[in-house]
Amino acid sequence: MEQLRQQQENPAQRFDRPPVPDSGLYSFRNEHDACGVGLVADLNNVPSHKIVTMGLTVLKRLMHRGAAGGDPDTGDGAGLLLSLPDEFFRKHVKKLPEAGKYGVAMLFGGVGHEAEIEKIVAAEGGRVIAWRNVPTVPGKIGRAARETCPVIRQLFVGGESYADQSALERKLFVMRRLIEKTVPEAYVCSMSSRSIIYKGLLLATQLENFYTDLGDASFKSPLALVHQRYSTNTFPTWSLAHPFRYLAHNGEINTLRGNLNSLTSREPHLASELFGEDMPKILPLVAPGQSDSACLDNMFELLVAGGRDLAHSLLMLMPQAWGKNYHLGRDVRGFFEYHSALMEPWDGPAAVAASDGVNACAILDRNGLRPARYTLCKDGLFVLASETGVLDLDPADAVRKGRLRPGEILYLDLENHRLLLDGEIKSRVARRRPYRRWVEENKISVNGLFSEVTPGEVPGNLTYMQKLFGYSREDVEILIRPMAASGHEPTGSMGNDAALAVLSEKPQLLFNYFKQLFAQVTNPPIDPIREELVMSLLTYIGNPGNILAEKPQYARLVKLQRPVLTDDEIGRLEQIGSNDFRAKVLPMEFPAGGDGRMLERALKRLATDAVAAVQENNRILILSDRNPSPGSTPIPSLLATAAVNRALVNAGLRPGVGLVVQSGEVREIMHFALLIGYGATAVNPYLALQTVTALSQEGIIAADPVIAASNYINAVDKGLLKVMSKMGISTLRSYRSGQVFEAVGLSQELIDEFLPGTASRIGGIGLDEIAGEANARRKEADQSDNPLLPDGGVYQYRRDGEQHLWTPASLAAFRQGVQTGDYAKYKVYSKLIDDQAGHLCTLRGLFDFAETAPIPIEEVESVESIVKRFVSGAMSLGSLSPEAHEAIAIAMNTLGGMSNSGEGGEDAIRYTPGPNGEDRSSAIKQIASGRFGVTIDYLRHAKDLQIKMAQGAKPGEGGQLPGHKVDKYIARLRHSMPNVTLISPPPHHDIYSIEDLAQLIYDLKNANPRARVSVKLVAEVGVGTIAAGVAKAHSDVVLIAGHDGGTGASPLTSIKHAGLPWELGLAETQQTLVLNHLRDRIRIQVDGQLKTGRDVIVGALLGAEEFGFATTVLVCLGCVMMRKCHENSCPAGIATQDHELRKRFAGKPEYVMNFLRFVAQEVREYLAQLGLHSLEAACGRSDLLKMNRAIDFYKARNLDFANMLRPAMGPAIHCDDAAAKEPLENYDRRELLPELTKHVKNGKKIVIDRKVCNVDRTVGTELSGDIADIYGEKGLPEDTIRVRFTGCAGQSFGAFLAPGVTFELSGEANDYVGKGISGGKIIIRPAAEATFKASQNVVAGNVIGYGGTSGKVFLCGQAGERFAIRNSGVTLVTEGVGDHGCEYMTGGRVVVLGSTGVNFAAGMTGGLAYVYDETGDFDLRCNVGTVDLETVEHGSGDEAELLALLREHAESTGSEKAKAILADWVNSRPKFVKVFPVEYRQALGRMAREDAEAVDRRKEDN
Amino acid sequence: MTQRIHDIYRPVDQRVRDFEEVEREFSYDELNEQAKRCMNCGIPFCHGSGCPLGNVIPEINAAAAAGNWELAWRILSGTSFFPEFTARICPALCEGSCTDGIDTDPVMIRQLEKTVIETAFKKGYVKPLTPKTRKEQSVAVIGAGPAGLSAAAALNLAGYNVTVYEKNATAGGLLRYGIPDFKLSKKVIERRIDLMKEAGINFEFNTEVGVDVSGEYLHKRYDAVILSVGTPLARDLKAPGRELGGIHFALELLQGQNRVNSGECEELPISAAGKNVLVIGGGDTGSDCVGTSVRHGAKSILQIEIMPKPPEDRSPSTPWPDWPYLLRTSSSHKEGGDRRWNLATKRFLGENGHVTGVEVVTVEWEFTLLGRPVKFKEVPNSTEILPADLVLLAMGFTGVAPDGLTAELGLKVDERGRVQSDPKRGIFVTGDSARGASLVVWAMADGKKSAEEADRYLSGGE
Repeated sequence: MEQLRQQQENPAQRFDRPPVPDSGLYSFRNEHDACGVGLVADLNNVPSHKIVTMGLTVLKRLMHRGAAGGDPDTGDGAGLLLSLPDEFFRKHVKKLPEAGKYGVAMLFGGVGHEAEIEKIVAAEGGRVIAWRNVPTVPGKIGRAARETCPVIRQLFVGGESYADQSALERKLFVMRRLIEKTVPEAYVCSMSSRSIIYKGLLLATQLENFYTDLGDASFKSPLALVHQRYSTNTFPTWSLAHPFRYLAHNGEINTLRGNLNSLTSREPHLASELFGEDMPKILPLVAPGQSDSACLDNMFELLVAGGRDLAHSLLMLMPQAWGKNYHLGRDVRGFFEYHSALMEPWDGPAAVAASDGVNACAILDRNGLRPARYTLCKDGLFVLASETGVLDLDPADAVRKGRLRPGEILYLDLENHRLLLDGEIKSRVARRRPYRRWVEENKISVNGLFSEVTPGEVPGNLTYMQKLFGYSREDVEILIRPMAASGHEPTGSMGNDAALAVLSEKPQLLFNYFKQLFAQVTNPPIDPIREELVMSLLTYIGNPGNILAEKPQYARLVKLQRPVLTDDEIGRLEQIGSNDFRAKVLPMEFPAGGDGRMLERALKRLATDAVAAVQENNRILILSDRNPSPGSTPIPSLLATAAVNRALVNAGLRPGVGLVVQSGEVREIMHFALLIGYGATAVNPYLALQTVTALSQEGIIAADPVIAASNYINAVDKGLLKVMSKMGISTLRSYRSGQVFEAVGLSQELIDEFLPGTASRIGGIGLDEIAGEANARRKEADQSDNPLLPDGGVYQYRRDGEQHLWTPASLAAFRQGVQTGDYAKYKVYSKLIDDQAGHLCTLRGLFDFAETAPIPIEEVESVESIVKRFVSGAMSLGSLSPEAHEAIAIAMNTLGGMSNSGEGGEDAIRYTPGPNGEDRSSAIKQIASGRFGVTIDYLRHAKDLQIKMAQGAKPGEGGQLPGHKVDKYIARLRHSMPNVTLISPPPHHDIYSIEDLAQLIYDLKNANPRARVSVKLVAEVGVGTIAAGVAKAHSDVVLIAGHDGGTGASPLTSIKHAGLPWELGLAETQQTLVLNHLRDRIRIQVDGQLKTGRDVIVGALLGAEEFGFATTVLVCLGCVMMRKCHENSCPAGIATQDHELRKRFAGKPEYVMNFLRFVAQEVREYLAQLGLHSLEAACGRSDLLKMNRAIDFYKARNLDFANMLRPAMGPAIHCDDAAAKEPLENYDRRELLPELTKHVKNGKKIVIDRKVCNVDRTVGTELSGDIADIYGEKGLPEDTIRVRFTGCAGQSFGAFLAPGVTFELSGEANDYVGKGISGGKIIIRPAAEATFKASQNVVAGNVIGYGGTSGKVFLCGQAGERFAIRNSGVTLVTEGVGDHGCEYMTGGRVVVLGSTGVNFAAGMTGGLAYVYDETGDFDLRCNVGTVDLETVEHGSGDEAELLALLREHAESTGSEKAKAILADWVNSRPKFVKVFPVEYRQALGRMAREDAEAVDRRKEDN
Repeated sequence: MTQRIHDIYRPVDQRVRDFEEVEREFSYDELNEQAKRCMNCGIPFCHGSGCPLGNVIPEINAAAAAGNWELAWRILSGTSFFPEFTARICPALCEGSCTDGIDTDPVMIRQLEKTVIETAFKKGYVKPLTPKTRKEQSVAVIGAGPAGLSAAAALNLAGYNVTVYEKNATAGGLLRYGIPDFKLSKKVIERRIDLMKEAGINFEFNTEVGVDVSGEYLHKRYDAVILSVGTPLARDLKAPGRELGGIHFALELLQGQNRVNSGECEELPISAAGKNVLVIGGGDTGSDCVGTSVRHGAKSILQIEIMPKPPEDRSPSTPWPDWPYLLRTSSSHKEGGDRRWNLATKRFLGENGHVTGVEVVTVEWEFTLLGRPVKFKEVPNSTEILPADLVLLAMGFTGVAPDGLTAELGLKVDERGRVQSDPKRGIFVTGDSARGASLVVWAMADGKKSAEEADRYLSGGE
C-alpha cells in the first residue's frame, strides 16, 4: 500500500537525468562525492548472516564520514553489496533454478514498464521467473529521501539456456544495459547471478530498518562490501548511492572527462569473442547523468565481463606509479608498460573495494590519498575499511593489522580461502602473458630519437613570424627568456588586474579565453616537485583501440618521453619511414581577411583532410602553421586541434593516430596544456624554440643554444607537471583530452561545435571574432616593419598595452586620497576604477544597476556598521614585514573588521595590547597547508579560523619561503630555523577529500569552540557545489576568492590562467546554496581585487555578506605595485624582510581606515540609490543588477549574464546569524573535561583511564585549548595530565595536544594522530592481549603528527603514509612508515625503527631523522634532493640523542624492537642512517659561528 | 646600494669660460650602474604618468643595464623622435614620478637617455626615418620648433610630403634661439635637421607665413596644415620706468648670444659684461640669463622672484607621483649670482634714459594647508632699491596674438592666447600655440599627437 502511494507520487521519476534541472550557474555535473568504504568477508567462504550484520555495523561506524544535507535525516547514500543470498531468495521465490543458474535484478522504479523489461530479458535468452516487491519501511527514512523514494523490486531471471555462469553474467550485463537504454524510468542497482546490492538515499543507521530483508537471519553472505556517501551537494539520489555493480569508491576521479573521451574514441574498436554480436548492445558503455564512481564501475564491469579478473582489471584502471624510482620486477614493469598504452589511468584519490559476489579485492590510488586499514583474524574474518576499529574485535584474535599502501592491491580469494597481498597478485597477473617481451620486441626505437635536444634555427623572418603569432616583448622577455635561461617557469607577484581576454581591445590568442581548473577540497593537488615520482609525461603514438583483447602487436608504439618535440625530433618522426607510422603534414590556415564562415570552412576541410589522411594509412598527423602560404592567416592551433581531434573521434579513428601540433602560436605552458587537454599527442613549438636560439645568439641569455633549448623544454615539462598536478592528475596520458578548463567569453555555439563539454557560462565571441583577431595579427605583421615587437603591457603596465585597473592615474589618486583623507581624491580613483566604459577589465565593469526608487542616505546603515563587514586578505608575516602586518591588524581591529594572519603564525606578544593600547592580534587566523606556527595557542586566539584551500593567484599550488627571507623572527614564529627554506605543500595533507575537510573543521571547532570556522575557496566552475559540501561540513563561512587575488610569489602561468573571476564563483555559490537550502547556515565572504564601493555592492547583490581587501590595503600602506614581492626588494618596505628596506615603511593604520571608510561611504551612496537600508538587505538581490548595454564593445556584445544574474529563490537568501548553531559535541566534553577541568585550573597531577572507539574523534583537543587559554604557549609541566586509553582511537587523536598532557593508548589509532601537536605527548602500543608482532603491524594511520610544533609521539608499531609531514619540532619514534615520510619537515626529530616507503625526506629542510636500515637499501627509498645521508658515529652527540630516544621509546611503549636494538647496540648502531638536511646543516653551522662570535665579543667587552 | 650621481657638470671655473655644454661626460660603467638602480616597476610611473611621450623607460634602462645600448636606442626611438633634445633640456618629469624617488633619489633617467641616443649616433644606428611608401598628399608645417619638427617627422614617416616653413634662418625655434648653447649645443639640432632633410622633409627657412607667404595659400596648396608657432609674445612688466634703456626681454639676450655663437650675427646685441644684472623671474629662462651673464662677465647678478622660496624637498602639496614643487637649482645658479624671493617690482629707476635700479617691495604670502602659496600682500615699509644697469625680464609668455596668421586662417584664439585646431578644415594647431607655454617634451608629444590626427584626417578617418 505504501509503495502504491509512492508510485503515484513519482509517476515519471527518471534516472537518466539529474534530480533537479540545471539552473543559473548551478549544474548537476559539478557534483563530487567521497566517503567511507568497508569490506567484511569470511575467508572460509561460509555465507552467514553475521557478515551482513557486520557490514551494517561497519557502515554505522563510518557514519561520520558521510553527510546529510538541508534535511538532516536524509543521508547522502549508503549501501551494501552482498553475495546473492540463495537460501533467502529460495524462501521467497518459488521454483528458482539451482544457484548459479539464475540472476536477480535489483530495480528502482520502472513501474509500468514491466513488459518492456521482460521483453528485453526474453530477447536475450533469459527466462522471467518472478517479480518480487522488496519490502521497505519508508517511515524510517528522511523526508527528502521519502519524497524521491522509488518502488524497489527484484526481478528473477532464469539462465538455464546459457553455457555457464560466466555467459549468464555477461547476458545479464547486456540485458541491464538494454534496460537502462530503453527504460530510463528504471534504475538497475545490480543484475547478477552472483551478487546483489541493497542501497539507497539513506543514512547508515537507516539501511537495515528500511530494507527488512537485511534483518532476516536467512539472508547470508560470505562477504559484504559497504559504502557511506558524502556528496558535496544535497541533491544526492537513490541511484548514485554506492556500491555500484562491482565497486564502492572513496575518492574522486579527477580525469573523468579525459577517461570518458578516450572511452568514446575507443568504443568503435571494442570487440570481444565473448560478447560477439552483443557488443553494440552495451554501447555507449557509460550512461549519462552518472557520478565519476559510477563511470569507473561501468569501465570496470566491461573489463571483467571481457574476461579479465578483478585484480587485473583494477590494476589496468588504477596502475601504481612505475617510474624509475619504484623498484619493481621486470615482468611487473612490463605489465604496466604494456597496459599503459591500452588504458590511461583513472586518476585521483581512490580507495576502491570491488567484488563480483564471489571474491573481492581492494586497491589504493598511486598517491595513497585515501586510507584503507585492514585486520585479519584468526578465524578467517577479514575487515577492511577507511578506518580501523569499525568492528569491535577481540584484540587477541587479530593475526595481522595492515593497510593498503599507495598503488597497492589486495585480493580475497574466498574460493581458495586465501588473502593475497600486493606482490603475489601483481606477479601473478604480470605473468599471465609475456607482456615484458611484447613490449621489448615491439617498442619503436628510432636511432637517436629524443635522446638530446637540438635547438631551433633562427629564420630570416623571425620578427615577422613573431608578429604573425602575436608575440610581444613581454612574451620574449618575461615568459620565454627566464625559461630558456634557467629552465624554470617565470614567477611574478601581486594579483592580475588586466582585462579578461574577452574584454581586451588587443587581439587575443584563443588560448587566453581559457582558465585552468584545479583541485580543491574534493581532491588534492599533487606536489609536482617533491612528489614527481608519481607523475609521468610519457606518451605514445599508435595506441590500440580495442582494450578487450591482448595482442603482442598492441605494444607496437612510438614512445615519447615528453610531449614537447624539437624541430629535429619532428623531422625524425616524419621519417620513421616504416609503413605503419607514415606521417602527413596538414597546414592550419584560412584565407587572409576571411570571416568566421571562411574559417569554419577551412576547419571543416582540415578535419575532412585529417580523416582522409588516416584512412590512407597515415598514423601521424602533423597540424602545422610553420610555412604559412601567401594570402592566408594561420588558424588558431587550439581550434584546429580540437576540430581534427573531434573529427577523428567521430570517425572512430582517433586511438591509433598521433596528433602532433606544430605551431608558432605556442609559447607559454598554458598553451601546451590546452592543446594536450583538447587532444594533441605532442606539440612542436618551433617559433618559441627559434626565439630561444635568437636570445642565446644575441647574448641576451648566457646559455648556449643547446642548453637554452633544453632549458626551455625542461621548463615546459615542469610547467605541464604543475598544471596537471593542480588538478591532482598524475599522468599526461590521463590529462590528454581531459579538458580541465573553463572558457570565459566564448559563445556556446562555438563550444558545442568545437570544444564540447567545456564550461562557458557567459557566452561570448564566435568564429567571426576569432578570425578577426587572427587577421589583425597578420595585418600588423604585414604592415609594420618596426623591428621591435609591441610591448605587451600584460604583466607590467604599458601605456599602449593591455588595459589594467591599476594605472598610474588610479594608483596616484588612490594613494593621495587615502593618505590625506581626501574623499574627493578617492572619488577620482573610484571613478577611474568603476567607469570601465573606455577600458573594460572586469565582468562587473559591464554591470549596471536596475532603476529603483532611491532613499535618503541618512536612512542607510552607517559607515561604522558597514566597515564591520570588511576583512583584510590573508597575507602572512613573512610575505609582509612585521610593520606592515601589524599596521593592518591595528587598522582592522580599530574599525571592528577583521585582519587575517595569513600562513605563518603570529607573535604571542600581539595577543596583548600594544604600547598605545592598540589591538594587534589578527582576528582571522589562517590554517594553510604548511601549518607554520599553527599551535593550540594560535588557534585559541582567533575569532575566525580560516582554512585556506586555495589561493586566487595560484590555486592548487603550494608555496615556498626561500631561506634568505627567513630571519630569526620569522623563524621563531614559524617554529623553524633562520635561513632554512620553508615549503608549503600544495594540498592540506589532512584534506584529500570532502569528509577530511569536515574532520579538520571539527578539529578546529574543538580547538577553539568560540571561533567561527571559514573555508577559503577559489572561483571555478563547480565551486558552488564545493561550497555546499563545505556548508554540510559545518563551516560557518565560505570565502569565494577571485582568480585575480594577489600573491607574494606565484608562477605567472598561475597568476594569469588559473581560476575564474569572483563574480562567477560568487553567483554560482549563492545560487547553489540557496537551491540546496543551505544558505541560512553559512556566511559568504568574497575577495579578489575588490577596490571600490561599487565592487562591494556588486558582491553583496550577488550574494556576499563579507568583503575582503588585500591589494588595496597594501597600496594604502605605500605599495606601488612593483610586482616584485618575490624578490624581497620591496621599495615601500612592505613585502620585504630586509632591514634597510623596512625602514622605508611609511604606512599608517589610519590610511587603511581612511580607505575602508571611503569604501563604506561609497557603499552607502549606492545603497541609497538602490533604495536599500543595509548591506544585508542587498545580499543576494542580483535582480538589481543588469548588463550595461551602453557599453558597446564588439567582443562583449554577445556576453550573456542572464544565468549569472538570475536571483536564487529559496527560503533563505542570506545567512541567518540568529539561527542556533548545533552545539559542539565531543569526547572531551563527555569523557575528559568533567573530571579534568579542575586539574587544568589548579595544575595538579592526575591519571585517569578511558575507553575510545573509532567514532571518538579529535580526543584531547578542547582540553588542550582550555590549557592554552590559561597557560598560553607553555602549557602545563610534562605529564601533569595523563590519560590511559584502551581501544581504537578515532581520527585526530591528540590533535593540537598541549604541553602537560600525556595520552597513552593501548590498541590502535586512525589517521592524523597528533596533528598539530603543540607540546603534548602521545604513546600508542598494541593492546596488551595482542599476539602479533607489534613492529610488523600497523598501529596508527596516515599523516601522523602533521604540522606539529613540539611534543612527543611514540608508536609501537608501524604508521602510514606521510609520517611526520611538515614536522616543525616534534619528536616522533615509530617502527616503520609508509611513503613520503618526513616530507617538508623543518624541525624536530624522527626515529624510524623499521622500513620506510619511497620518497622519504622529500622537501625536508630541517630537523633530523634516524632510520634503522636493516636491509641496507634505505638510500633507494629516500629522496636525497635536499638531504645528506650519514652514519651515526660512535661517541657522537647523535648517538647520545638516538640512544636516549630509543630508551624513552622502549620505556614508554614496551617496544620489543627497541629493546632488541638496544640490547645489541654495537651491531645495531651502524645500521642507523642519519638523514641530515643540507640547509639545516648550513644553518646550524651559521648559528654556531654566530654564537662563537658572540662569545668572542663578550670576551672583548670584558 | 648604488647612489644617484649628483656631480654631473664640468667644473665651474672651466665651464663658465665657454659656451660648450655644461654637463660632463659619463663613463659607460657609471651609467650602467645607474641603470641597474631602475626597479623595472610593475606600474612604471615614469613611463605611465611622467613622460609625456610615454618613453618605455624601464625597458630602456633594462637594456642599458645589460649593456645593450642598441636595443635601448631601439626602444627609445619607438616613442621619441628627438631624444637628444629632451636628454639635454627636459626637466625630466619621469624622474619626478620615479618610484625610487619616493624614499631616495630617482634613477638618472635623463642622463641614461642621453647616453643611449649619443651612443646610437656614435655607432651609426641613427638613420633617417624614411617612409616605406610615399603618399600623394602633402602637409605644411608652420614653425620649426620642437612641436613642428615632431609633427613633421611623424607625418613624413607616415608617407606624406612635408614642408616646414620657418621664419628664422634655421630650424629649432626656442631650442635654437632660446636655450643657451651651454645647455643644448646647436650642433645637436643641426645633426637632427640634416637627418630630417635626408628623410625627405622640405624646409623653407626665412619664410614667415602670414608675411612672406599667406596662410590661405598654404591652406589651399597643402592637404593639411600644422600650425606650430609657439608662444611668441613674452610677458611684459608694466611698471613705471619700463621705457628706460637697459631693460630687455630675456630672449633678446639669449637669442643674441645664440646667433653670435652660430655665426648668424657677429656682435652681441646685448652684453652683460661689467654690468649689474637684475633678472626678474625665477624660472628656467631666468636662470639661462644668469648663466649667459656669468659668461659675459657681469659685475653682479641678482635674480628675483615674486613667489616665495619653494621648499628644499618635495612639498606635501605635490605628493608623489606628481611633479614635485620644490626649489630647483640649475647649473647656472652654481656659477654665480644671487637669488631672492618674495620681491615684487614697483618701478624702474633710471638716469639719462637708462635704467640704474629697480624699486622692489617685499611681499608676504598666504599658504594653503599643504604649503602652496595662494595670496600675497606687500609688507609695509619694506621697499628697497636694487641697483641694476641691465634688467632682463624673464616672466614667461602670454600666448599667440588673435590677429595676423591666426585671423587669416580663421582660427579661434582663447583668452589665454591658445589657438584651437580646425580639424574639419585640415588645420591642426600644436605645441605651445595650442597648449600655452610649456615644456619642450610636451611640444614634442603634442606634435606627434597632432600628426596622428592629421593622418586620420588625411586617410579618411580610417
